[in-house]
Amino acid sequence: MDSESLLLSLELASGSGQGLSPDRRASLLTSLMLVKRDYRYERVLFWGRILGLVGDYYIAQGLSEDQLAPRKTLYSLNCIEWSLLPPATEEMLLQTSMVNGRFMGDPSHEYEHTELQKVTEADKAFEEEVVVKEETRLVSVVDQIDKAVAMVPRGALFKTPLGPTHVNRTFEGLSLSEAKKLGSYFHFKEATELKNKTLLEKADLDPSLDFMDSLEYDIPKGSWSIQMERGNALVVLRSLLWPGLTFFHAPYTKNYGYIYVGTGEKNIDLPFML
Amino acid sequence: MEASTILNQEEESQEPGEAGQPWEEMAAASSRDQEPKLPEPMESEPGPETEPQPRSSLPGSPRSRASTPAGDLTTFGASLPGASPQDPLPSPPLELPKLDLVPPWPSDKLTSAIPDAETTRSDHVEHTTDDEESTPHPTSQLEGNALQQSQQSKPHLPQPGHVTSNHSQQKELRVGLFLEEDWGSNEDPDQVEPEVSEAAPNMLEIAVQNAKAYLLQTSSKSSLNLYDHLSDMLTKVLDERPENAVEIIESISQDVKKAHFSKKLDTLQNENEMLPAYELAEKQKALFLQGNLEEADQDLEDEIAENCLPNVMESAFYFEQAGVCLGTDATYRIFLALKQLTDTHPIHKCRFWGKILGLEMNYLVAEVEFREGEDEEEGEEEDVADEKANGESEVDEDEEDELPKPFYKAPQAVPKEESRTGANKYVYFVCSEPGRPWIKLPSVTPVQIVVARKIKKFFTGRLDAPVISYPPFPGNESNYLRAQIARISAGTHVSPLGFYQFGEEEGEEEEEVEGGRESFEENPDFEGIPVIDLVESLSNWVHHVQHILPQGRCNWFNPVQKSEEEEEEEDEEKEEEKAEEHDYIEQEVGPPLLTPISEDLEIRNVPPWTTRLSSNLIPQYAIAVLRSNLWPGAYAFSNGKKFENIYIGWGHKYSPDNYTPPAPPPVYEEYPSGPEITEMDDPSVEEEQSFRAAQAAAVLEAEQDEETEDEDEDD
Repeated sequence: MDSESLLLSLELASGSGQGLSPDRRASLLTSLMLVKRDYRYERVLFWGRILGLVGDYYIAQGLSEDQLAPRKTLYSLNCIEWSLLPPATEEMLLQTSMVNGRFMGDPSHEYEHTELQKVTEADKAFEEEVVVKEETRLVSVVDQIDKAVAMVPRGALFKTPLGPTHVNRTFEGLSLSEAKKLGSYFHFKEATELKNKTLLEKADLDPSLDFMDSLEYDIPKGSWSIQMERGNALVVLRSLLWPGLTFFHAPYTKNYGYIYVGTGEKNIDLPFML
Repeated sequence: MEASTILNQEEESQEPGEAGQPWEEMAAASSRDQEPKLPEPMESEPGPETEPQPRSSLPGSPRSRASTPAGDLTTFGASLPGASPQDPLPSPPLELPKLDLVPPWPSDKLTSAIPDAETTRSDHVEHTTDDEESTPHPTSQLEGNALQQSQQSKPHLPQPGHVTSNHSQQKELRVGLFLEEDWGSNEDPDQVEPEVSEAAPNMLEIAVQNAKAYLLQTSSKSSLNLYDHLSDMLTKVLDERPENAVEIIESISQDVKKAHFSKKLDTLQNENEMLPAYELAEKQKALFLQGNLEEADQDLEDEIAENCLPNVMESAFYFEQAGVCLGTDATYRIFLALKQLTDTHPIHKCRFWGKILGLEMNYLVAEVEFREGEDEEEGEEEDVADEKANGESEVDEDEEDELPKPFYKAPQAVPKEESRTGANKYVYFVCSEPGRPWIKLPSVTPVQIVVARKIKKFFTGRLDAPVISYPPFPGNESNYLRAQIARISAGTHVSPLGFYQFGEEEGEEEEEVEGGRESFEENPDFEGIPVIDLVESLSNWVHHVQHILPQGRCNWFNPVQKSEEEEEEEDEEKEEEKAEEHDYIEQEVGPPLLTPISEDLEIRNVPPWTTRLSSNLIPQYAIAVLRSNLWPGAYAFSNGKKFENIYIGWGHKYSPDNYTPPAPPPVYEEYPSGPEITEMDDPSVEEEQSFRAAQAAAVLEAEQDEETEDEDEDD
């Protein structure tokens, strides 16, 4: 959610029950302002909170002019001091795929797990202790969640012919019928599935608005729960794959945003639960 | 400068910039530097073009100009509001790409300065044609006689425009307006141009007319034409004055088009779409009004005296400190809904239990204890089911004895606990939104809890939805919900040590052995525990809800005892079998009530609870917050004296392992193996032959025996 409209966004996203305490809110308002100034970001998003056993991580993201450029991620333990996280690499993702369980809440905590490595030539299997720092795990989890479930409504961003993507100032919100459809929401990342669409579908796309993947074709099907709250005045999408991610949008208005408050673990049991 | 601008406009590449100029001048609000009257040196023209000036600077004056009938450029100039002709209209957004429409004006000197600007500008905008320019007739408030002069010098030029412009007079074409002004103003200072302009007015006229006619063509798909659309759009832009309008001009164009069509259908659509919101608002309004019943002061006193309604707002305030909040007004509505519940039912104690999220709708859960003797029980259904199961086993006996009888006996259904005890201590009501009616959940049976532990399904939000799972859940979603609520309460409802104590009336120690103490009461002497202690040590918190045994009940039920009572219906054989079985069933024991939560098991190195102070910045007034790791979403807070529990989440337990459904049980051996049903191999050829030989031999012997017997008899 945008740090500019933090209070309103928190109020709208409060249907999931996870919010922020007043002192955190107040600290966020101040510190995000400073982050924006110091790092010269165009927009700062409060991404959410990962609950750890000992402490929580508060995550924020900074965007530059081009909305689709890779976002910079910052984390903080107390909402006052923010540290920049390195961008996620393939190697990090690989390392952390072996790590399970809750986050500790201490960025220097190290997860150990043993990996069996077989050296075929010598035909010897030896165990290796691989140590993964929690910070690395944090980076890759935030990245995974971003790629999987960060979203924006259709029309909120538009692409200019020169390349960069901008916030659409004339976005006036989705209409009610559009808001109830999964196809009106896009993943907030570079498109990967667009080319797989049939020509017929592609013909209907508007290249300035439809340049991201929509949620419609997410696997597994049914991994999103769409609900209207307050009668029809607010549409809330919750991800079932990463429980804790809530996206809200008030139809006919410009208010939208997403926040993740959860343990940072993927819900692999999803197919059993539907 | 204006004269030059006017000239430029007439030229093909006339850019709005120039058009903008007179505009700017007229704009009282223009932010540009003030300039002396209209007639400005031509050289200054390029200046204005390069100066960026938002169209927004143009005031409403153009509009007024538009309203006057076409024709009079002089009026134009005359009516220029006192705005000082500001100068350089920056390359105004108004692009009048007359590029294609009008042949380049011969006055090169004028154009040279501006051509680039103009061409670029022409890219953007919708083409406002010369026609438009001419249209706004001249309400204009062009100041200065200079203008007039210029206008007069080129009277014929605008005319063709004027002629056609009459057509569009009805619309407020600011663009046209200011274009005209430009013309007027431009003409003035320029001496060369009038000559040139007069030189080829005919060509220009015709070209302009053609262009305008083209633009006025009605589209074959809709009733719009480009001319009107462009003028509408520019009007809208000038009205709203967005920043960097050129970036969003396409959207503006789309909006204008949309506005055309939605006029007729407006009311219809809006009503339909927002209907559910209005309905909900109506219901919620009813919530707010219920307090206004005029039932006399007595009721009020009664209410206050017997207040069983919890102070939801206070708890919500504390939970908000912990970071758990549902939104202040949403909480208030929940509060009112709870009040409605307590008013309509005879309730002794009530509490807001929490919120369970579902796929389509959510559940708000209220935990309620009815007043003594006012229960509404529907337990008969369960008993009927039990009897049916027994009935089936009887049917088997009646069948022919020849059929082998199956060994399988359905395991005895463990009867559910009585209301007000164990897992059914409280009654739960749910509703999906405050304002909707509260629905009572049925009591939970042990078998439901046992199966609920084995499955993991999302709630859909509809109470009658079936729960399709393996092992099959006996019941629908309301039963599953109730079972999960029971499990969550048993696992996560905690209170500070000493808040509750066991009543001193219990003298029956037998009960303790079997099921542990069940009842507790508030400790009137509770003095509170310092918040720091609550945070640091988990032994300061205790469970105040009974643990649910693996059997599914809180109080152990020995199935053997019950079976002995039912022996009358069964054969002796079965009695014996049962007698053998009961030796193997051991009593299930769970932690007794009021055990500290430090005794809770860890989930694989993860402590079951996380404690936190609500705020590190102001520890004096902070509260202790407990977060369950076993049931994510369960929170408890205490400020030393007060405490409260709440659950907001999906309703599932946390498990570090992936969920695997249990495997189906092994196939039962139904019939005893014996020679009657055991399959035998068919004899092979040798066997058959030897068998026949043996038989033949036996027959021979028998015959021989008979013969000998006969012989004997004969003798």
